[in-house]
Amino acid sequence: MPLDAVVNILVSGLLTGLVFGLSALGLSAIFGVTRIVNFAHGEMMVLGMYLALVIFKWTGIAPLVAVPIVGAVLFCVGYALQASLVNRILTAPEHMQFLLLAAVAIILIALLFIVFGPNAQNVALESAYDSFEIGFLIVDAHRVYAGVGALIVSGLLFAFFRFHPLGKAIRACADNLRGAEIVGLDVRHLFALTFGIGAACIGAAGCIILMLVDVHPHLAPSYTLLAFIVVIVGGMGSLSGALVAGALIGMSEALAGLLLQPSLKSVFSFALLILVLLLRPQGLLGVKAR
Amino acid sequence: MSLLRGVPRRGLILLALFVAAMALAPLYAGAYLLSVLTLILYFAYLGQAWNIMMGFAGQLSLGHALYVGLGAYSSAALFVHFGLPPAVGLFVGALLAAVAGTAIGFLGFRFGIQGVYFALLTIAFAEFVRILFEHFAWVGGTAGLFLPVSNRSDIDVLALRGTPEMFYYVILVMTLAALALSRALLRSRLGYYWLAIREDQEAAESLGIDVFRYKMIAVALSAALTALAGVFYAFFYNNLFPHQIFAMDSSIELLLGAIIGGVGTLFGPIVGAFILTPLSEGLSEVTEGLKIDGIKQLVYGICVVVIVLFRPEGVWPWIARRLGLDGEARRGDEP
Repeated sequence: MPLDAVVNILVSGLLTGLVFGLSALGLSAIFGVTRIVNFAHGEMMVLGMYLALVIFKWTGIAPLVAVPIVGAVLFCVGYALQASLVNRILTAPEHMQFLLLAAVAIILIALLFIVFGPNAQNVALESAYDSFEIGFLIVDAHRVYAGVGALIVSGLLFAFFRFHPLGKAIRACADNLRGAEIVGLDVRHLFALTFGIGAACIGAAGCIILMLVDVHPHLAPSYTLLAFIVVIVGGMGSLSGALVAGALIGMSEALAGLLLQPSLKSVFSFALLILVLLLRPQGLLGVKAR
Repeated sequence: MSLLRGVPRRGLILLALFVAAMALAPLYAGAYLLSVLTLILYFAYLGQAWNIMMGFAGQLSLGHALYVGLGAYSSAALFVHFGLPPAVGLFVGALLAAVAGTAIGFLGFRFGIQGVYFALLTIAFAEFVRILFEHFAWVGGTAGLFLPVSNRSDIDVLALRGTPEMFYYVILVMTLAALALSRALLRSRLGYYWLAIREDQEAAESLGIDVFRYKMIAVALSAALTALAGVFYAFFYNNLFPHQIFAMDSSIELLLGAIIGGVGTLFGPIVGAFILTPLSEGLSEVTEGLKIDGIKQLVYGICVVVIVLFRPEGVWPWIARRLGLDGEARRGDEP
């Protein structure tokens, strides 16, 4: 196989993978702080895609520019979800938490289905056929924008958690919940905030990915699974791990699509997941699971 | 009937009434009601099989569709390709599922994967196998596997060929047998070990219980029983598609009833199925006229959320208290 083809595939896989890394960041942040696995993840991402689509159809604003708007809407959705439902089941057994979020997923997908119908839709941008050429490397412009966009949003998230007082407070909750309560942090508010921020990341990722794929409601379960894989490979609760694993999964799927049949490409990801679970259950960059 | 010892009289009467009503159903129920009852019992059975692993031994599996699919595909493929009846195929299916279950269990438990991580591992395996089956031409791949149906009026139980009434009685017997088995397990040494592991694995281990071994037994048994439901599915519907039978949705669907009804209780999975399946069927009826796709799932999802928020321990313990069957529910829960 010619080397340049492989490099081309790897680069575009890397760029796409960064977007899934961003979406997995949202899942990881939520789990790291609240210990809740967001089973409605893919549904929220598809919601973000549809919001971007509507914004584009009504105002002509391109998905990449619409990221802050979609992020803000998803933040509200996430905050409301945590404040109204999830905060009530924080101490419930895992299967109950799972059931509640699975039901939320059913509701979200049904709503999207009712509003938008089952057909695939996309944004028709003129720039869709642009590409960048560096030597033998030819990459779709959209893919580059998507990867860079995902990196910028991730960077903002890292900065928020590192420097902003609220980000520090949220990290305190994740490190030691009892301690955070003792020093007087409003844990429930911070949890809701975390869910909101996580949802905003997921929404932003959905917004960005709309440049590359057509949206339809049935995408949701596969996005949920993909995000689980990315998060476990990177390490549950590890933010940088999610991004690295996203890139890794993106590249391995792209390569698998080239070497095997495209429909077999997720076998690679599942195999990687199972390997990581067995050899390093805390994930590539994760700390030992509690 | 040592299984019935210690059940309060009121419970015995209610149980007898329930069994009688179910056994006589073909006499009073029309074709549609009978099909709904068959579906209810199918999910009641699956819920009970899942409950052995989660409810008794405390291991959350979100990938049980894998075992349904293995049971369905192996019995159907043996029938289609070699003409072997499901009475033979079910052993192969159950064995395959048990082997798959112990393989996943071995990998998970050996490497200390617990809780959420173990649940995600089960999903991953189910998805993995789904993709493999989609590329497995011998069983039809994505195009599906179809079972020939010759004559619907000849009844042959061993070949699982016959009228809807026959299928109804098959699944009824399976459900009641699973109930008796669950009861027997809960009152056995094995059952006590499971409950000890569920409540506190480290404490159980320190008491000398071989935690790994008993968790493996729970997975194998639960998987094998689940595969039998798959055999029923294959011969009842006569068509199999990997993206349906192995889907994550199927895994979720089969455990919803058990959680709604009450995890770890004897009657929870049955009660849950009696709530959710009619809810889903009734919603289909009501919403059919509205001509809005998705409205059924919307209302269904909202109902599940409401039940989770207001009956977090499940519906059956609450009903049991209301009926004065506390003792029994408690005995089922923590004998």
